[in-house]
Formats: sequence, C-alpha cells, structure tokens
Amino acid sequence: MSKVQDGSVDSAAVSSAVSSTGDSNETEIRKQVRSWLKENWSPDLSLVDWRNKLADSGWGVPAWPADWYGKDLPVALVPAVEDEFARQNAVTVARTGIRMLAAATILEHGSELHKEKFLRRILTGEDTWCQLFSEPGSGSDLAGSTTRADFDGERWIVNGQKVWTTSAHHAQYGLLLARTDWNVPKHQGLTYFILDMEQDAVEVHQLKQMNGHASFNQVFFTDAKIEPEYQMDALGNGWRVAMTTLAHERRSADGLRRFNRDSGLSGPIYEEERAEIATVMEPYKWYPQRAGRVDLAMPRAKETGRITDPTVRQEVARLLTMSKSAEWMALRARAAQALGMPQGPEGSLGKLAASHVARQASRVHTLISGADAMLKGADSALDGIIAEILVSVPATSIAGGTDEIQHNIISERVLGMEKEPRFDTGPFKDVPKNVS
Amino acid sequence: MQFTFTAEQQQFRDVVQRFLKDKSATTEVRRLMETEEGYDCAVWQQMSEELALAAIPIPESYGGAGFGFVELGIVMEEMGRSLLCAPYFSSIILAAHAILNAGNEEQKQSLLPRIASGKIRASLAMTEADGRWDLAGIKMDARVSGNEVILNGVKSFVVDGGTADMLVVVSRLAGSQGTEGIVFATVNGDAPGLTKRNLDTMDATRKLGHLEFKDVSATLLGDEHELKSSAGSEALSQTMDQAAIALANEMIGGAQYLLDSTIAYTAIRMQFGRVIGSFQAIKHKCANMLIQLELAKSAAYYAAAAVEAGDAEVPMLASMAKAAASDAYMLIATEAIQIHGGIGFTWDQDTQLWFKRAKSSEVFLGDPTYHRELVIQRWKEQS
Repeated sequence: MSKVQDGSVDSAAVSSAVSSTGDSNETEIRKQVRSWLKENWSPDLSLVDWRNKLADSGWGVPAWPADWYGKDLPVALVPAVEDEFARQNAVTVARTGIRMLAAATILEHGSELHKEKFLRRILTGEDTWCQLFSEPGSGSDLAGSTTRADFDGERWIVNGQKVWTTSAHHAQYGLLLARTDWNVPKHQGLTYFILDMEQDAVEVHQLKQMNGHASFNQVFFTDAKIEPEYQMDALGNGWRVAMTTLAHERRSADGLRRFNRDSGLSGPIYEEERAEIATVMEPYKWYPQRAGRVDLAMPRAKETGRITDPTVRQEVARLLTMSKSAEWMALRARAAQALGMPQGPEGSLGKLAASHVARQASRVHTLISGADAMLKGADSALDGIIAEILVSVPATSIAGGTDEIQHNIISERVLGMEKEPRFDTGPFKDVPKNVS
Repeated sequence: MQFTFTAEQQQFRDVVQRFLKDKSATTEVRRLMETEEGYDCAVWQQMSEELALAAIPIPESYGGAGFGFVELGIVMEEMGRSLLCAPYFSSIILAAHAILNAGNEEQKQSLLPRIASGKIRASLAMTEADGRWDLAGIKMDARVSGNEVILNGVKSFVVDGGTADMLVVVSRLAGSQGTEGIVFATVNGDAPGLTKRNLDTMDATRKLGHLEFKDVSATLLGDEHELKSSAGSEALSQTMDQAAIALANEMIGGAQYLLDSTIAYTAIRMQFGRVIGSFQAIKHKCANMLIQLELAKSAAYYAAAAVEAGDAEVPMLASMAKAAASDAYMLIATEAIQIHGGIGFTWDQDTQLWFKRAKSSEVFLGDPTYHRELVIQRWKEQS
C-alpha cells in the first residue's frame, strides 16, 4: 500500500491529473499560444474584430475541429490555453449563455450550412441563442412536447408554447424541440430545429416568479416559419439531439460560473465584454440565494446573538455538516472522474444534496431571523437578501429536474431498481395529456 | 487530501472483505453475540497474525504495520459491513490510540507491540456511570506517587471492558479541575480491587463492561511532571476524535450493508403483482437512503484522510463525520426495517442485528446532538 496523501487541497491535484496528458506537449502548446497572443492580442480591438481573429486562428476554441475554428486539441490541454489567455488578460470567445450549447449541438448534429452560418457568430457573440424545450404541459416529462411543426410543402409551420426560456427576449435564434409525428411513440415523433426568433409569429412574454424576479420567458408560436434547411439531424431524431444539448448543459454548469467572472480591467474591449456578461447574468442574480446562502448562516447567527440559543446551534451545525459533506461528495465524484471513470447518474446525487442543503439553510435563516423573516426589502435583514433566500429556495428542488425525477434516476440507474409501469409507450396521439 | 482509494488500497479492501465474509457470516454473529466474551479467539488470532489487521495503525517502531488512517478506515468500514464480533474497536482504536497519544516512548515500546500482535486485548475505560463522553465526565479519583496510580471509582460503558486483558483508565488527580490533572494509567484486567461485569446490552454484538475500582494499583501512562498540565486532556480529546472518525467509517460500512440487502429484497418481494422495488414509494425511500449514505461516507472518508494528513481541523471533522454517520445509519436502519415490513421486525431476519448496531453506534462516543454542539464550538470561518 502506498501513501498518497500530501495534505494539500485536492482540487488542484485533480485538475493537474486531468490536464497531465503529456507535459512536453503542454509546454509546446503554451509556447505557441504565448507567441500568437504576442503577435495578435490588442485590447484596442473591438470585441467582434478580436473574436474574429480568434475564430480564424483556432485559439478561441482549440478543442473544436480544425475545419471549424478550432485546432483539434485534446480537451485536457484546453486549461493550459485558457491559462495563457488569462496571463495576458486576453479576452476569449463568447462563452456565456445558451450559445455554447447551441454550438456543441451544431458541431455534433448540424449540417455544413448550419456550421457555416452560425458557429462564427456564436463565437464572436453577435448572435444570442435560447433553448425552446420545456412547455407548460411538459416539465419533468420533456418528451411529452406538444408544440407542433407541420410541413406545408415548402417550410415548417410551428404552433404552440414554450416556457422557462432564458434570454428569449434578446435571442436571434432558438433551439426548438417540436412534434412532427403524432402517430409514433412520443420520443420518436420529435424533431430538432433552429428557429429564427426575429419574426412576428414568435411572441415573447416575461414570466414573473414568486420571488419577484422575471428571469425567464414564455414563448408563443402562431404559424412561425422554419425553412427546411434549418431542421437539425433527421426527422424524428429530435430527442437524441436534445440529449446532446442537455448533456452539454450539465457539463458546462461549472465552467459557466468561471466564465462569468468580471475581468476587473478597464479599457474599451473589457467594457464591451463586461456589458455582454452583465446581460447574460442578469436573470441569475438571485441564484446564490436560491442555493440557501450557507455562507451567511454562522455570521448572521453571531451578529444577531442567536448563536447562544442551543436550537440555533443544532440547526446551524446540521446545515454546515450537510453542506461540507456535499462539497466532499462532489470532490469524490471529480476525483473518480479524473481517474477516468465516466460521469454517470451520480450527478443526480449532487443535485439532491443541493436541495437538502438549500432547504435546511432556509430553515436556519428563518430560525435566526425570527419575526424579521416576515419582512422583505429594506425593512428586512441584509437589505432583503434573507427574504430573497426564503422565497427563492423552492426553485432548487424543481429547476433542472425535480427532486422526484432525481429520486427516480437514482433508484433506477444507480440502485438498479425496477422501472415504474408506463402509460405513454403507444402512439403519442393516444397518450393522456394536460388540457391546454 | 485523498479522495479516491489507490489500487493497492482497493486490493487491501478486497482481502479484508473476503476474510470477513468468510469469518463473520450472520450465523457466526448470532452465535458469538450470545457468548460472554463476544468474539472468536481463533478468528481474532488469524486476523492479527495472518492479516495483521491489529497492527494496521500502529507505527512499525512499536511492532505495528505503520499504515495510515485511510487504511484503518477501510478496515473499520468492512468490519461495520460484516458486523464483525471482535475486540478491534476496544483494543486497536481506543486503547492503542490512547497509548499512542498519552504514553511516553518507553511505555509505547513496551505496551504497543503486544497489542499490535493481538496477543493482549486492551480497552479504554473513560466513561463513567453518567455516560458522559467529555472531560467533565471524568470523576474517578487518582492518587499518583511516582509511577504508581491508585484508582477509586466506577467506569461504565467500557467496550469489551468485562473481558479485556488490560485497561487504559482515564482518571483525575484529586482536587484538579478543567483541562488539568487528567491521568492516564494502565492496569491488568485481573488487578486486585477491580470488579467487572458485562452490562446487558441492546446491541449484543458490542459488549460493554461496568468496572468498579477499589484502591486498584495501576501504572502511570505518560510522565508525572505533565500531570499538572493539560497534556492528559489533550491526549484524551485526540483519542476521542480519532475514535469518532473510526466509528463513523464503521457505521457507513454497516449502513451500506443495510442499503444493499434492502435493495436486494425489494427486487424479489412481490405485492400487487409487481416487485415492491417498482413502486415509487419504495424507490424514493431507497434513493434518499443512498444520498444520506453518500453524504455521510464523504464526511467519514474526508475525516480519515485528514487525520492522516495531520489536518488542524480534525476535531471539527471528527464531530461532523460522527454526527452525519449517526443520522444516516439510523435513518437507513429504520427504513430498512420499514421496507422489509413485518418480516423485518422478526428476530430471525438479520436486519435487526444492524439496526441495533446503528442504535448503539448512534449513542456511543456521543450522540449527534452532542457532536453538532462540538461542530459549532470547533467551527472556524473559512476564507
């Protein structure tokens, strides 16, 4: 048996394990990036001009195919490239929002025309994208989509409604999942499209949430049109394509947080970048509160004096234990991945843990606040932050797959328990649906 | 710190698991738990000699194998899974660590090799009749003169205390208070003036002794000049933290067994024309059991790795790990009985054995409420 502990924080070790696919290779790549940046990078360029240079060079998305703005570099070497950019304070391609999911889906399933028309403008940030999957009648049951696309001989005509669509109000394009065949089982009757959002037949309305924010939209289609060449992949293959998008959504969740950091630098190109990030991040500003703000529990307990109450002490300790354990569980999962074990449905464990933590945090903040928990805004603690926690936490166990769906995934795919009997395996037209 | 087991550690786990599967079948557990001493001498010998399990955490310079706390955690987890009846927790976790923490070089040289070889079985007599796990619970009176300690008082809830060959006893200098004057001493199990009896325990797989000391002559562990310092109380809390982490790892092993056996049962038990594992009422319970287990497991693994890394936060991590494991094991044991239904409430069905171990472990070394209070006292705001 060997001793592998070194007492250092493991995340560094994990990331170095991930990126250590040949040190000499990495040194060479770093050298190339440095010299290219030295030649080309200038904070005086406009954001779009600079990003066009990135697209032409391949250094903006080095893991992409060399034919499409990349360099065919192994994913493991990307952190080294990013690190060199960060050292020079060089702005990267646009990576925030749904656009990178669109790009990943187009790269995997799109036609040459799609790649030609959309990829570059995704990287430059000129186009914004949104994801048109969820519907009022199909939340957990995503494949139960009833938004329909009918071919009229020349083009696709779309009718129906989508919901929970971030950025729909300023998106140029949408990734649409629509039903094209009602006579086959539900997963087989869906087709994936790229929808032009800038047409009158597409109406976007904000959806106000119980916490007062309006981060998402409802999107209505009344005879919206899609040219036939904007269909992605084969007819009836929409579910498989949507799975690609969703897989990238899960994978990029960590990365997005990193990309959204403010550079803190001054200069025109940084201002442009900052404005772009601010627009993308606007809907998410209550997200930290949604997770429960565990970081505030102990400081608030101390500053209010509630820390002397034995019940408060118990509940805070319960929260801290749960939250630290969830962190350690995530580290374990990442360490296992670094050793080459694939990410499986274990991701559902992390999501459920986050729900438990958020709910306990909400209990703790209520306990600490006492009567103040009835107030909001300037009258309440921390200028409304505590109140925002209490009314935002319910989203955690719903968004991105409800706790109930996560329990199903865990029991069926991790624990190997038998599936529930289903009533939706026949032709979709015969499946009982919500009355709209 | 380490977050996955190395290939060598995985192999080690496999060896331990195979051995315990062979030696600690539930028929054996049921046989041994009815005996006074509660373990099989031949198996203990084999464990100590062939697998060197008793030597695992003891440094090579004291006749041990010199492995770290991560390997010890693996051993504990597997023992918890198989519900092994053996004096491992008492002798190796409690007594050996107490000697490592409180003894001087010479004492360690003389005492530890015999424990590491399994030749003698020791235990730690710390808790008294009021069942407290902290410093304030130490009331036993010690009079020290040179290396001799005269002990008077009662120790209770002493694991394997009724049968141990040697006891490490924690007492207090007459008139001392707080963190000063904590005295560690060693005494033979058959010392004159020492009366022992087994308590009638709900969890028959963990034997607890009740010991009365009347002018018992014991040998000082540590040095006389340190008695007025806080050295003794520091050694005690260090020992209790290490024991809590070992216990947490044992508990998650037991909890994993219960989850596995319960899932297996849901796949064969038919009701209403379906296996009960196809009902969401059952599936969601099981998914919740898994998540609570994985959270507690993460805390237990992290704490074990922290001991090995010499992390300054070990005391807080120990309390987090113990609290999390206690709650998870009890929840899983409760749901395991529930999911088994009526059969789960019978004596002959094995779930009850682990349920009782979960209950005794929940309280042993301090219940979750006690440890959560310690978490708050020990919490340091991180950057």
